[in-house]
Amino acid sequence: MTATVSEVVHVGRDEYISKITGYRDDGYVMCADLCAVDYLTHPGRRLPDGVEAQRFEVVVNLLSFDPPRRVRIRTQVPADDPTVPSLFDLYPGTEAMEREAFDLMGIVFSDHPDLTRILMPEDWEGHPLRKDYSVGRIPVQFKAPADTR
Amino acid sequence: MTDTDLTVDVPGETSEGAQEMRPRNITTPTELGRELGAVLRLPESAAPLEEDAEFTEDETMIINMGPQHPSTHGVLRLMLELDGETVLRTKPIIGYLHTGMEKTGEELTYTQEGTNVTRMDYLSPLFNECVFAMAAEELLGIEVPARATWIRMLMCELNRISSHLLFMATNGMDLGALSMMIYGWRERETLLAFFEKVTGLRMNHDYIRVGGVAADLPDGWEDDVDDLCENLPPRLDEYDELLTGQPIFRERTEGVGVLTPAQAIALSATGPILRSTGVTWDLRRDMPYQFYDQLDFDVVVGSYGDSFDRYAIRLNEMRESIKIVQQIVDKMPAGDYRIQDRKITPPPRARIDQSMEALIHHFKLFTEGMKVPEGEAYVAVESPRGELGCYLVADGGPKPYRLHMRGPSFVNLQTLPTMMRGGLVADAVAIISSVDPVMGEVDR
Repeated sequence: MTATVSEVVHVGRDEYISKITGYRDDGYVMCADLCAVDYLTHPGRRLPDGVEAQRFEVVVNLLSFDPPRRVRIRTQVPADDPTVPSLFDLYPGTEAMEREAFDLMGIVFSDHPDLTRILMPEDWEGHPLRKDYSVGRIPVQFKAPADTR
Repeated sequence: MTDTDLTVDVPGETSEGAQEMRPRNITTPTELGRELGAVLRLPESAAPLEEDAEFTEDETMIINMGPQHPSTHGVLRLMLELDGETVLRTKPIIGYLHTGMEKTGEELTYTQEGTNVTRMDYLSPLFNECVFAMAAEELLGIEVPARATWIRMLMCELNRISSHLLFMATNGMDLGALSMMIYGWRERETLLAFFEKVTGLRMNHDYIRVGGVAADLPDGWEDDVDDLCENLPPRLDEYDELLTGQPIFRERTEGVGVLTPAQAIALSATGPILRSTGVTWDLRRDMPYQFYDQLDFDVVVGSYGDSFDRYAIRLNEMRESIKIVQQIVDKMPAGDYRIQDRKITPPPRARIDQSMEALIHHFKLFTEGMKVPEGEAYVAVESPRGELGCYLVADGGPKPYRLHMRGPSFVNLQTLPTMMRGGLVADAVAIISSVDPVMGEVDR
């Protein structure tokens, strides 16, 4: 029923660009999506043998038109150096997506032409989608305020 | 304010901060070539740097369009660099409507999530609900009953019509065809009335839920849908005549905002923008999900990639959607409208009074939520604006560990600088309108 099944590939950070270049030459003409996940509070996740779990993961969805197929590339990114090369030269359409991942998750895409905040205000501190970033609360008043008259 | 306040001390920053477009005097030729080359998908050496480098800071002017401009469809701000009336560089600046919906999504259970995702693209809420439900179902490893899927398809196709009708209305309005605006809203209202009858709400329905849909179609829905399918086509013909046959509208859209297929693919554009360039790509046909492979419909493509093509594609997609809706009405099977699994679907209200087990299931589902096994899934559907994707990560708990929505408007906005380049500033309005962005989805 769903033909959205896509191949999932784990790629190391050092071979990130070369592998994705290979996929592009293989007919994956479009980068459909790029996002990052913070696995801080879920360290024991299932990963194939040989892939060492790190805090962050950058997930790239590539799309091929002919034949119609998808591939999802997952890359582990360590917390102490959250840097990944930018895909901008391969897929210019990742410009906004990488900025979003930088803004909300704090992943630095090296060699990105304009790595600035895209959704949050420029002077915002912190990266809101990280798991150690509190949601914050606004105190809700359930009672009527004390009569001040 | 003294003069010193206005001077820029930090190189690389304008007086308005680092996010803004950089003035030419501090943009190095390499950087300009890289920006132009990458955006236009050319090697840096072939980027049209020569014609661009001619301009100096004195000759060009940077103006801001928006975020309160009426034709920016919400709170989109564009920084335009102008040489007289000609647009050189464009930078879309977004984020004015950012409310952290992806973060909010991590705090809600799978049962509650529908109310969150439906507010992202508020012109096609059912697609958001649908793609989230499909992603959660993939993680759960369940298949919803056939009737539920057909109901989803019916509602989504009607939603596509209502979304495109609003595009017709706003596109007409932006280009001065005010009567089209009134007709577009009027027709959309008939569809929203049907949505209200089925889901209880005109917008933000929370109708498509994990495991099926919230309620079965009401009695007499076939008549309502038949009425819609009967009334809409002649009216679409009228609008076709009103806009397509109108010289002013054609003058303002034909050849405006041209995008080549290579540029559209490189910039990850999907939906009507990609199809306007002649690329026949529609997820419903090329990666069929639900039961779209059992339906007979055409994928509408353009050939010039201009604003007029994008308008014509949406107009004809509505006609295709009407065809699809009629086929769905014929094929609608009987049966359950949601999966009969008490860990996913709450029991019927009447059972709670009779059965302790039903009460427990009901209580658990609404206090704790359903448990979704660990895993990750990416599901994409063809929304009116392009590929709407949902990347869902579950950690085995009752709340999504990470919910990422791939909003087509967010990605499609990147085509604006390429489309605008070399056009007139008056065409900017026509081009923004033809992209049909929904800022709720762009900023999420």
